[in-house]
Amino acid sequence: MSRLNPANVTLAHEIISHYPKKKSALIPLLHLAQEQDGYVADDAMEHIAELVEVTPAEVLGTCSFYEMFKRHPVGTYMINVCTNIACQLMGGEELLHHAEETLGIRPGGTTDDGLFTLEDVECIAACTEAPCLQVNYRHEYRLSTDDFDALVADLRSGKRSDIPAHGTLGTVRQHIPADRRAGIRHPDDEGTPAWFASRQPAES
Amino acid sequence: MSTHTNDYVPHAPGYVDNEGPKVVTSRFPYEDSFTMERSLATGGYEGLKAALAKSPAEVAQEVKDAVVLGRGGAGFPAGIKWGFMPNIWPRYLVVNGDESEPGTYKDRLLMERDPHQLIEGCMIACYALGLNQCFLYVRGEMPLAHERIATALNDAYAAGYVGKNVMDTDVSIDIVLHWGAGAYIVGEETALIESLEGNRGQPRLKPPYFPAAKGLYYQPTIVNNVETLANLPWLMVNGAEAYKQMGSEASPGTRMLAVSGHVKRPGVYEVEQGVVSFRELFYDDNFCGGIRDDNELKMFIPGGGSAPWFFEDQLDVPMEGRTVGAAGSMLGSGALVVMDETTDAVKACLRVVRFFARESCGKCTPCREGTSWEEKVLQRILDGHGRPEDIDLLLEIGSNISPGTYPVAAFGDEGLEAVPFPPKQTTICPLGPSSVAPITSAIRRFRDEFEAKIDASSDDAAEPVGAAAGGH
Repeated sequence: MSRLNPANVTLAHEIISHYPKKKSALIPLLHLAQEQDGYVADDAMEHIAELVEVTPAEVLGTCSFYEMFKRHPVGTYMINVCTNIACQLMGGEELLHHAEETLGIRPGGTTDDGLFTLEDVECIAACTEAPCLQVNYRHEYRLSTDDFDALVADLRSGKRSDIPAHGTLGTVRQHIPADRRAGIRHPDDEGTPAWFASRQPAES
Repeated sequence: MSTHTNDYVPHAPGYVDNEGPKVVTSRFPYEDSFTMERSLATGGYEGLKAALAKSPAEVAQEVKDAVVLGRGGAGFPAGIKWGFMPNIWPRYLVVNGDESEPGTYKDRLLMERDPHQLIEGCMIACYALGLNQCFLYVRGEMPLAHERIATALNDAYAAGYVGKNVMDTDVSIDIVLHWGAGAYIVGEETALIESLEGNRGQPRLKPPYFPAAKGLYYQPTIVNNVETLANLPWLMVNGAEAYKQMGSEASPGTRMLAVSGHVKRPGVYEVEQGVVSFRELFYDDNFCGGIRDDNELKMFIPGGGSAPWFFEDQLDVPMEGRTVGAAGSMLGSGALVVMDETTDAVKACLRVVRFFARESCGKCTPCREGTSWEEKVLQRILDGHGRPEDIDLLLEIGSNISPGTYPVAAFGDEGLEAVPFPPKQTTICPLGPSSVAPITSAIRRFRDEFEAKIDASSDDAAEPVGAAAGGH
C-alpha cells in the first residue's frame, strides 16, 4: 500500500537514533510498517531502505526471513494456534482442527469476510497453560472447543476491544528523553568510558 | 510516577508459589509486580545501588564467586563468560529474551511480571563490564512483555536508574528495547546478533567462536539470558556467600522450571538447583502432585525440545546441569514436558522434529535437508505408509547431521560412554543436531511402536515419500 506516513517517519527517526548503526533499526521499522498497514507493503520496504540507507533488496532479504512479517494483507484477527509438543499433549491439534472446521479455512488461509486468518504455530511460551493460542499475538489459555467458539463469537461482535489490530505490537513505546541519554557508541568510537576507567583499581 | 497504561491486561498465568527460597520470583505474588511503585517498595534497585558502591571489577568477581550459571540452555557460568571479553571498546550487552524453545515458559513471566528486576540486572552487568549500551532483545510474539518493559524503561529513565548519570553518579548506560519478528534460530547467540544488526537471523560461521570476543558489529559482546540477569539484583544485595547457600555446590541458586504436559498441576516453579529430583517435582504435592489420572509416566523431556528424552529410570536424578548431563541429556532452558502412558511415541517424536524442520534457517545443508526428511519419513510412518527400512533411514539421516553414537538416556550405559553431550555436528549451530535427540530417544526406547506402525502399513507403502507427507 503505502510508504510510512509523516508521524511514523518521525517515529522511525527516533527508533534509528537508538542504534549505533542504522540497519539495526530494520526489524523495528518493519514492525512499524506492519502496524501502519496491517502488513509490510512493498512501498514501505522501499521507504525503510531509504531511511536506514540500504537497498530495498536487503530490506526484503531480512523481511522474508521472519515469520511475523506478512507481505500481503491478513484478516483483522490472526489466530495462531500452538500445536507444539506441550500443546499437542493437551489437545492443541484437536483445537486447530476445530478452528479449521469452525472458520472454514486451513492454516494460512483467511475467511471470505476478511475477519480471520488462521495459523498453525510453534511454541508461544505458555506451555503450562496448554492448549493455547494467540489473537494478534495476545494470549488465550487452556481453551476447550467451546471456549474457542465463544472467543470467535466475541471477536465477531466486537467485544474484544483489548485486542488491537494486526501489526500493533506493544501499545507502549520506549522513549528516551534527549537529556537522559547516555549516548550511543558507534563501533569505531574507541576508548574506555571515563567512569569505568576511573573506578577500576590501579594496576600494579 | 508510573506511566503504565496496561494494567487491565491479565498476568501471564502459570506461576505456582511453592515453598522454598525465592530469588527471581519474589514479587510474583503481587498483582502490580510490574510497576515501579511495587518494585521500589520491595527493594527494587537496591542491588544496583549496592553494585555502584563497589568497583566494576568487584561486581564481576562477585558474579564469578557466586557461580551464576547461564539459564538460557548451555548452563555456562556467566562470570567466566564475562571474563572472555578482551579490553576493547566499545563493547555491548545483548539480552536474549527470544524465548522459544518448545516447552520453555519462564523468561516471558520474568519480563511481563517483573521488568524492573530485569532492567536492574542489565544495569549491574553493564556496570561490571564497563558498557555504555545494552540491547534487550524481546521475542516479537510477546507484545505484553514489550509494553511492560517499555513502560518500566520509561519510568526508570525518568527516575534516574537508567541513562545519563545513573543514581546521581557519573555512570551512564543506555538500555534499548529491541523486538524480534518470529524466528527460533535467533536464540542462537550469533544469529541473535545478526538479527540485531538488521539481517536474516542466521548463525555466523565459526570461528570466531565467542561473541565475547567478536559479537555485535564485530565488537566484544556479551549475550546473557533474561533469567540469568534477573538473578543479579538479589546477588548484589545478599552477596555470593548467601547465594551459594541455595542449590548444590556445582549449581548454586535457584532455577525457574516450567512443567507442562500430563501432570496434575502444570506450572512454573522456582526451585533450588540440584536439590529437588524429577520425581519430587512431578509427584510431590508441593509441586505438580503426580501424573494426570494417576497414569503411568512414559517419558519426559528434561530441558526443552532439543533435549534427549528421559524415562522412569532417570526420575531420581537431581535437577542440575551436571547430573542431568551425566545421565545423557540436559536441563537446557528449564522446560520439562511430561508424557504419560497414553502418549504415542511416534507422534510426539514427529511433532518435536517438525519444529526443527520448520525452524531450520536453511544455511547448512545437513540441517536444511535432513530435518525435513526426518519429518517426512516420520509422517509417513504415522500415516500408515512406513517401510521396514525407515527406522534405519531415520537413524542414518540423524547421523549425517550429528555423527557418531548419540548419547541419549534411552541408550543405557553403552551410549553414554561413547561420546559426551553435546554431540558432534556437521552444522554451524546445534539446531539440526537437536532434531536427532527425539528420534534416537524414541527409536531406541520404543522401537516396537515404530515397528508395529510399519507392520500395519498398507500395501501402498511404495507411495513416494513427498506425496505421503504433503508439506507445509
